[in-house]
Amino acid sequence: MVDAVTPRGPKPRRRFSRANVMLYGTLIVVALYYALPLYVMIVTSLKGMPEIRLGNIFSPPVEITFQPWVKAWAEACTGINCEGLSRGFWNSVQILIPSVILSIAIASVNGYALANWKFKGSEVFFTILIVGAFIPYQVMLYPLVIILRELGLYGNVWGLVLVHTVFGMPILTLLFRNYFTSVPEELFKAARVDGAGFWGIYFRIMLPMSLPIFVVAIILQVTGIWNDFLFGVIYTKPADYPMTVQLNNIVNSVQGIKEYNVNMAATLLTGLVPLIIYFASGKLFVRGIAAGAVKG
Amino acid sequence: MTSVLVKDLTLKFGALTVLDNLTIDIPEGEFLVLLGASGCGKSTLLNCIAGLLDPTDGEIHINDRNVTWEEPSGRGIGMVFQSYALYPQMTVAGNLSFGLKNARMPKAEIEKRVARAAEILQIEPLLDRKPAALSGGQRQRVAIGRALVRDVDVFLFDEPLSNLDAKLRADLRVEIKRLHHNLKNTMIYVTHDQVEAMTLADRIAIMKGGVIQQLDSPTEIYNRPVNKYVAGFIGSPEINFFEGTLDGQTFVTDGHEFPLAGYAFQGPVPTKGAAWLGIRPEHIVTGEAAASLPVTAEAEIDIVEPMGSDTLAWAKLAGQSVRIRMDGQAAVRTGDRITIGFDPARASLFDRASEDRL
Repeated sequence: MVDAVTPRGPKPRRRFSRANVMLYGTLIVVALYYALPLYVMIVTSLKGMPEIRLGNIFSPPVEITFQPWVKAWAEACTGINCEGLSRGFWNSVQILIPSVILSIAIASVNGYALANWKFKGSEVFFTILIVGAFIPYQVMLYPLVIILRELGLYGNVWGLVLVHTVFGMPILTLLFRNYFTSVPEELFKAARVDGAGFWGIYFRIMLPMSLPIFVVAIILQVTGIWNDFLFGVIYTKPADYPMTVQLNNIVNSVQGIKEYNVNMAATLLTGLVPLIIYFASGKLFVRGIAAGAVKG
Repeated sequence: MTSVLVKDLTLKFGALTVLDNLTIDIPEGEFLVLLGASGCGKSTLLNCIAGLLDPTDGEIHINDRNVTWEEPSGRGIGMVFQSYALYPQMTVAGNLSFGLKNARMPKAEIEKRVARAAEILQIEPLLDRKPAALSGGQRQRVAIGRALVRDVDVFLFDEPLSNLDAKLRADLRVEIKRLHHNLKNTMIYVTHDQVEAMTLADRIAIMKGGVIQQLDSPTEIYNRPVNKYVAGFIGSPEINFFEGTLDGQTFVTDGHEFPLAGYAFQGPVPTKGAAWLGIRPEHIVTGEAAASLPVTAEAEIDIVEPMGSDTLAWAKLAGQSVRIRMDGQAAVRTGDRITIGFDPARASLFDRASEDRL
C-alpha cells in the first residue's frame, strides 16, 4: 500500500499538526489571561457583600443582585457628595464631545494641508509637531496651568477641552497626513484643474474618501479622552471632575468598609464607553488602519 | 495662430534643473507629442503648462494670454491623467459635472454638456455608475470626458494609455486620433511610447535632460534625426550604429568601406573626422536587391527572430551585431551567409564627439 492516493486537487492538511496546536494553545492561554480579570469583576459586581466575604472570587454569584450597579451609578459617595458616578459620566460626556470634534476637525485639515498643499517650511512644521508627541505630558503640566490661568480658562471644562485638543494634535495630524498622502496625487491635480480650491477639494473630494481614517481618529480620541485621568484631575474643579477621577475617588476612599461589588460595578461602568466603541467599530477600525495598504 | 506658447521656461528643484530655458510654440489645432525616457522632464513640462507646478522662470501663454500666474482652472485647459484620477465617490455623471459645478454653471447647461460629452465618447449607459464599476478603458473615456465637458481650448494628456493593456491601448489611440480630428483642439500629449508618438503626432518634441532635442514632424524625426540620441530613441527595433571615420566620401569602419555618394550632408561637407553611421534595420536590404545598392557587404546570420509580419535577423558585420528587418516570409536560418546592402541616402551620419548630425 505505497502511494495509493494520486495527488490531485487541494493538498490535504492535518488539523492537529504541531504548528496548529502551538498556535491555538498560545491563543487560548492569552485569551484566558485577559478574560479572567473581566470575569472576576463581573461576578463580583453581581454579588452581595456577605457572599464576597466568603472569599471565593471565581465562583459565580449564588444570588444575583444589581444593587451594587445602582449604588455605583446613583448613590456612591465621594466626599460629601453622594450622587454616584452619574455626575462624572455627564461631565465626561461634556468634555468628550467638544474635544473629539474640535481635535479631529483641526487635525484633519492640518493633515490635508501638510499632505497636499506643501508650503515653505511645511516639513519643518510637521517635524516640530511630531516631536511634540514624544515630550512627556508631565513636563507641560505646570506651564499649561499658567497659560490656562492667563486665558481665564483654568478650572473650566473648556480649558480641559483645549488641553485635550492640543495634545491630540501630533498623533492625529500624523494619522491624517499619512492617509491623505496615500490618496493618489493625480486626483488632487484633477480637482484643481476642475477648479476646486482648498476647501472645495477638502470637503468634496478628500472627506468623502476618508471615512475609515475618521473612524480610527474618533476611536483614538474617544478612548484616549475618556480614559484620561491626569488632565482631568489637574485642570478641572471637583464639580467638573470626569468619570475617571470620580471613579478613583470612590474606589480609593479610605473611610468605611470597602464595597468591592460597588467598586467593580463602578469600574465596569466607567470602562463601558471605550468597550462599546471597540465592539461597535472593530471592523471599521481595522479597515482604517489597513487603508492605504490595499487600494483598488 | 499660436495656441500655446512656452517661453524661456526653467524649473529647478533645489540644485536639480528639470527644465532648462525651454521655448516651444504650438499653433492652434496641433497635436503635439512630448516624447522622452522617464525623467526627461516631459511630464513636468505638461504640469507647468497646466499650472500644477510653478516654474522657476519663464512664461506660459495660452491663446495669447499670459497665464503664468493663473490657477489651472483659469487657463482654459483640460487634463487627462495616467491613473484616470476619477473621483471615486462620485458617479460618472458627477465626475463629468464636477468642474462645471465649481464654475457655477446653470444646471440645464451642465446637463446639456454632460449629455454631449457622453454621446461623443459613447459612455451614456455608464453615467450612473461609480468609477469602481468601470473597466480601465471606460475609466479613461470618462477622464477624457471630464476635459471635454469643460469646452477647453487645449487638451493635456499625461501618458493616458500607459495603464491599459496592449489591445485597449491600440483602440483608444485610434479614438484619441479621431477625437482630435473631429474637435480640432490643440492637444499636448506626453508619452514614452514611440508608437503612440509616431501615430498621433503632428509634431513630436523629443526631450532629454529638460531640453528639447528635436521638434519636428514624425517622418522628419524618423528619417533625419538631429543627433545620435534621437536616432537611437526613435525606431523599433533600434537603429544600427557603426563607429568609424570619414575619409572623403567614404565611411571607414573596422576594415569595411562604405561609399557615401548620395548622402545629404547637413552643412559643409567634412572630409575627415571620427563619426557614427546609423542605418535603420528596415533600410538594410538583403539578397539580389542588395547587389545594386551603393553599399554592399557579406554577413553571416547570427540569430533569427520571426515576428509574423516581419522577421528580425541579427547578422555579424564589421565586428558587431547588425539588426536587419526582413519580410515575414523570408526563409533565413542561423548560419546563412547573405548579401546585405543599403542606400547611404537613408543613413544618418553623426559627429563622434558632439553626436550631432553631419
